[in-house]
Formats: sequence, structure tokens, C-alpha cells
Amino acid sequence: GSYCFRLHKDRVYYVSERILKVATSIPGDKLVALGTCFGKFTKTAKFRLHVTALDYLAPYAKYKVWVKPGAEQSFLYGNHVLKSGLGRITENTAQYQGVVVYSMADVPLGFGVAAKSTQDCRKVDPMAIVVFHQADVGEYVRHEETLT
Amino acid sequence: MAALCVEELLARAEQRAAEPHPSVAVEKELELEFDLGNLLALDRNVPPSMPRAAGAQRESRLRSLARDNTQLLVAQLWGLPAERAEGATGPLVAQLPEPSYRLPREKPLPRPRPPTRWEQFARLKGIRRRKRTSLVWDEAAKQWRRRWGYERAGGDPARDWLIEVPAGADPNEDQFAKRLREKREKVARNEFNRLRNIARGALPGRGLHPTGHQSRAELGRATQVARVSTASLGRFQPRLPKEPPAPPPRGGKKRHFEPLLGDLAAERSRQLELLRGLGSKKPPLDLTRAVNKQLREEDAQAAADKGKKRGQRGKRGRQRPGGGKGKKGGARRQQQRRPAGRKRKGPSGNRRLDGAGV
Repeated sequence: GSYCFRLHKDRVYYVSERILKVATSIPGDKLVALGTCFGKFTKTAKFRLHVTALDYLAPYAKYKVWVKPGAEQSFLYGNHVLKSGLGRITENTAQYQGVVVYSMADVPLGFGVAAKSTQDCRKVDPMAIVVFHQADVGEYVRHEETLT
Repeated sequence: MAALCVEELLARAEQRAAEPHPSVAVEKELELEFDLGNLLALDRNVPPSMPRAAGAQRESRLRSLARDNTQLLVAQLWGLPAERAEGATGPLVAQLPEPSYRLPREKPLPRPRPPTRWEQFARLKGIRRRKRTSLVWDEAAKQWRRRWGYERAGGDPARDWLIEVPAGADPNEDQFAKRLREKREKVARNEFNRLRNIARGALPGRGLHPTGHQSRAELGRATQVARVSTASLGRFQPRLPKEPPAPPPRGGKKRHFEPLLGDLAAERSRQLELLRGLGSKKPPLDLTRAVNKQLREEDAQAAADKGKKRGQRGKRGRQRPGGGKGKKGGARRQQQRRPAGRKRKGPSGNRRLDGAGV
């Protein structure tokens, strides 16, 4: 069907129109969540993407980063990706560009921000951070209580 | 148009190459006085006559004077002992001598503070400060004890279990209460005198009122400064009980949101437009060109107003390269860089996805 975005208490939800119409009957302060949460606006009005958006956004990713099997575990625990764990990266990635992190088997693992552009990634030493961690599928287990 | 510019540039470059470099030697009647600590050069020569009438000549004469004097100063600086900072490849740094020229004060001299009450009294009586020893011999304890404070010599008077009624005092009077009262009175008197000294401006931190006697404006300013002196610069600071509520950040105008279940088809089409604009590489707005056009018109107008200086201005305008750092160049660049969907009002609270543009 048709889907749309709705803002509810600083969180952005991706919800089908049918469910949206039904959700209007619940009072606002009692409504916890609706549809899928894509992210939230922080106190200083920055938008933070959550891992729950991964399934929807991964197919449309323009800039991807593939991570080696050894560093995969580290990323899933919430650490940044170092140059030593970097497998591949899309050409022409700008610095601080939002990226989707994949494993070598093309399984989407989460979201990140490129700490270095593709050119710089080649030159930098193996212990430097190349992708800042933003969200990963391990959060489904780690942040079970707080994910909406 | 572009070809003309290039020809002109090449001609000018050839001209410049043909000219010899200006010489480094400078002739002066009187030697300049140098204060290298302040990077100062004093020229006591008679300045060249510059009648007010000749405008451009004056400019060129002033320039040549400045150039000559700067040349002499720089020559002096090269004569100073120098060393390489940060190792062998670092920049060459000269060691300046102590400055000899006294620069004037930025702020006026502080006015002398009035003496405190004790200082006045001491001056009157001729009392002078004696240096006291920190430890005193306590006969009873046969020890060196401190003069006051914890375990003082002579015992703590406040913790006496026995106070003798002095001769001539009322036997029914409570001596303990009396001692306590007197101590409190002494403390209160001391505090009073301290505040009085502050009010008279005798203390180093004068000019500020400790309690009371503060104007409303002063208090307001102090509150504002205190509010902003937090790590978040006062963003999450709750208001004081009787403080008026914060002024709205956008000048009282409320944000207008679309209704929750408004025209959903229109919302979809608007968002797809937005997506298309974000996806395309070139900026979708013609606003940039409109602004540039406006700026060009303004330039032309300004040139037309100046009249006889038009030729020069035209040349300078064309000389300025594309990526110039001029004020107008900067404005143009900013317009181009502005992200696509900035001016659009999204549907009910949908804001532009920031940063993680996947």
C-alpha cells in the first residue's frame, strides 16, 4: 500500500496510511510507536538514524562500505571500523558521507559515516578509523528495551 | 568577451616581465630610528609635499614612501640573530630585542582605593604589623601548639566545662550563654565592617555590590551571564521561579504544519519531488542565477554612477578570477552550495534528513 512519514514525540516513523488512520484514534500521549521508527531528532535538532530503518534504506544505498569478516564482530558490538577491517568502499565517497555498512557476503550490517573520503582511505595507516559507527544490527539485542 | 580578457592578461604579464624589479636600496637624508622589539620604524625626514589637489599622485607618493620605509625596516629585521624553529626544516625566526618605545595604556590608571576601617584606625594610633610566630609554647600541655584553631594553646574556650563567675557579676547569669552571645555579636560586627568596607570600595574586588543595592539592570545582566555559563551555553537551563518565560526563538511566529491526514497523494508527490532534487547532482533552484544576475546589475549600476572611473572598475571586475574570495564571490558560492530542499516546507513536521544521506 501507500506509506508515509510521521513525526511523533521527536521520532520519525514510516507508517502505512491504513495504520496511520487507525492510529489517529489513540490519544497522543498514550501512543508509544507506530509503523517503523526510522530515527529521531535529538535535543539539539540533529537527526539520528536508527537501525530499524536498515531494511528499508539498504537497497537504496548509494555509498556502501564492505567490512572484512574479522572486523564484522567488532562493528556489531558498536565499535568504529578501522582501516585494517575495511574490505571495499564505493568510489567517490566524500568525507562525512552517510554510508551503509555491509559484510563481505553483502548482508547489510548497519549505518555509518565515512570518516575519510575514498582517496584518503587508501593513504591512511591501518589503525585509523575509516567509518564512524552510527547504528548496527547488534543493537536489536543490546538496546532491546529502548528500540521502538 | 573571454578572449579579450585572456589577451589583456597576456599583454599585462609580458609588460610585467619586461619591467626590471624595483631596487632594494633606499636613499634617505636622515637615518630612520628603529625599535625592533615593537617592529617600529620612525622616519624623521621631511615628508614629500603632497598638495591636496593631485589625488592619484598623492596616492602613489604615499605608497612609495610606505614601501621605502618598510624596505628599511625589513632590512633591519634581516640583520637580527635568527634561528630555525621546529628543527632544520622549520621557518626562520628572528629574535627580537626588548621593546624600547613605551606604548600608551589601553585603560586608565586604577584610582587608589580608600583604606579600610582598621587601616584608618591603625594609622591613627600608629599601630604597625608585627610578624607573629605560628606556634606557641603551651605550658600546660608542655608542647608547641598552634596559636589558634584545632588543638590551640590554652585550650578551646568554647569547649570549657567550667567557667568561673567573675567577681562583681550577677551569680544567676548564665556565663555560657553570655560567652556564646558575645561571640555572635563579635562575628556580626566583623561581618558588618567587612560589608561596609566593600561598600566604600576599599577591597580589591570593588565596584561590585555583594548584597542589596543592585539595580534591576545589573541583576538582569548577571542572571543572563550566569545562565549562559553552562556547558550547553544555557540551552537546557530551567527558568528561575519569578523569571519571565524565555522569548520565543523565532520571533513569536509559530511553525505551520500540514494536517495529519491531509491530502496524502499531494504529500507523496511533494516528497518524491524532494527526493528527485536531492538525487540530482546539479542544484535544482534557479535562485542562484537570479541572485547572480541581481548582483551583476548592482555592479553595473555602481560602475555607471562612478562615471569617469568606469574604465578602471571594468578592468578590475574582469581581472577578478572565478574562484575569487571577494565578498560577492563568496556570496555567490554560498548560494550555490545551499542544499536543495531548504526552502520547501515539508509535510507535518517532516524535516530534511540531515547528515546521513544514504
